[in-house]
Amino acid sequence: MTATTEKPLTRDMRADGLHLDLPAYEQAGGYQAIRKVLKGGMTPQAVTAQVKDANLRGRGGAGFSTGMKWSFVPLGKDAPSPTYLVVNADEMEPGTFKDRMLLERAAHQLIEGAILAGFAIEADVAYIFLRGEYTLAAERISRAIAEAYERHYLGKDILGSGYSLELYLHLSGGRYICGDETGLLNALEGKRANPRSKPPFPPVVGLFGKPTVVNNVETISCVPHIVNHGAAWFRNLGRTNDAGTKLYGVSGKVKRPGLWELPMGTTVREILEEHAGGMRDGVSFRGLLPGGSSTPFIVEEHLDTPMDFTGMPKVGSRLGTGTMIVLDDHTCPVGMSWNMMRFFGRESCGYCTPCWSGLAWAERILQSMEDGRGKPEDIEKLAFQTKMWAPGNTFCALAPGAADPLGTALKYFRVEFERHISEHRCPWR
Amino acid sequence: MLTTEEITEIEAEAAHYPKREAVCIDALKIVQRHRGWVSDESLRDIAAHLGMSPTDLDSVATFYNLIFRRPVGRHVIMVCDSVSCWIMGHDRIRKHLNERLGIEFGQTTPDDRFTLLPIVCLGCCDHAPAMMVDADLHSDLDPQKIDSQLEKYQ
Repeated sequence: MTATTEKPLTRDMRADGLHLDLPAYEQAGGYQAIRKVLKGGMTPQAVTAQVKDANLRGRGGAGFSTGMKWSFVPLGKDAPSPTYLVVNADEMEPGTFKDRMLLERAAHQLIEGAILAGFAIEADVAYIFLRGEYTLAAERISRAIAEAYERHYLGKDILGSGYSLELYLHLSGGRYICGDETGLLNALEGKRANPRSKPPFPPVVGLFGKPTVVNNVETISCVPHIVNHGAAWFRNLGRTNDAGTKLYGVSGKVKRPGLWELPMGTTVREILEEHAGGMRDGVSFRGLLPGGSSTPFIVEEHLDTPMDFTGMPKVGSRLGTGTMIVLDDHTCPVGMSWNMMRFFGRESCGYCTPCWSGLAWAERILQSMEDGRGKPEDIEKLAFQTKMWAPGNTFCALAPGAADPLGTALKYFRVEFERHISEHRCPWR
Repeated sequence: MLTTEEITEIEAEAAHYPKREAVCIDALKIVQRHRGWVSDESLRDIAAHLGMSPTDLDSVATFYNLIFRRPVGRHVIMVCDSVSCWIMGHDRIRKHLNERLGIEFGQTTPDDRFTLLPIVCLGCCDHAPAMMVDADLHSDLDPQKIDSQLEKYQ
């Protein structure tokens, strides 16, 4: 384990925020990884083994082993056909703004990663599922796809290798639930984006009933670098046992909100204090959600924890998307919980009862607390609800994701909930 | 009736999918881009073109918040009301827009210039608060900045 300052994902990005075009990407070594794989005689299994060995884990929030996911796809002549790769570019987790940068400024890195992932799972067709509001990304990705087709990096018989891949951009019609793996597949099929029952899992039965891998933008963007530099190099980028670099972000009332590519396992404190500059003058730190609004709160005593897949669970939270939302002492924790519950309630797909009914119920309770109408028994009602939304009681991860910040807000900021009730008002208003 | 241009655009997208119904969300968005919203008549025309029932298509259309089944103004303002923007002053931004335009979320100004809608996190959290007007993102908002930006949309 060695500390490193390498930033493979963002190193070649233009300082002016413009898109890295094809000549500039190639100049920086781009599209060498597909040559190495397609012209160098690597097998799909070898690419998957390398990614697995690199310990690349999903950057969308769940942290599942990418190589493991790919290995579930049936390969060979007898495998169901076609096989699909889907890049999940539906970044919509509140507080998350990391994929936007990769999409807007490094589209070719994503496309090269998609070709490599596609090759590894013997995909015939790939889709980039992009949220409709990312209009600049849509424009730049469309152009990059066209450039890649012109250079024969996409289409039939790529670079004369015998491997063919069609890549299409799909612009979503909206809704948070499309970011769920199987909700996304239904959306791509032109249906309502209700999540599907699992098993079967998408690598076996996915898009249009065919084997499908869904990977996050940041995950796919790592792949060319793993192929170019090897699994051991990637593992060593991390500061802990979790591999690679990570795009970490901070929003809220800090001095310098922003996004930084840092070694995986950088501590929360280092990101918050050194990179984001600490809290703004006049406000103090209360707590933060480490990786978007579906992750449990952590507080002061947890700040020296590594922000990775292993460290965060040790303090009762999750890495999630790696983009933190900071709560300060001038912001009401009950109001913040209400805001998030309104979001989750609104975005429920409406399929299962604990979610569509329970989230709306909790939202009304939190609103009543904010309006000074809270009752002493409301705190227990909220705590009961968060248990009702536990995994296994619901169809997908949306409601469990809503339970995590609320459950931990009740734990760490209980006094504030009680004050709303006893004082019949929000003390912050 | 769908126009030739709309049909051409729909068919170009339809070629990306193995099943015809899969293009229905793209088709709704294409028609909306040309007409501003998706009327009952447009919905029936799209359904007929794709060989779907209007009811099936409407169940899809009403699921997705970027597909408008009611008329909207010439410009659609979508204000992020998710948590980072809320911490950084969404309520103030929203109140300013309400007062300046004289409308609430879900409403359109009497001159049909603006429709005001909430939107989930726009992925612009380090420059909160944020909103979109049509396809343009506006960030680091304050009331003065909103006033000057909105002048561009007549």
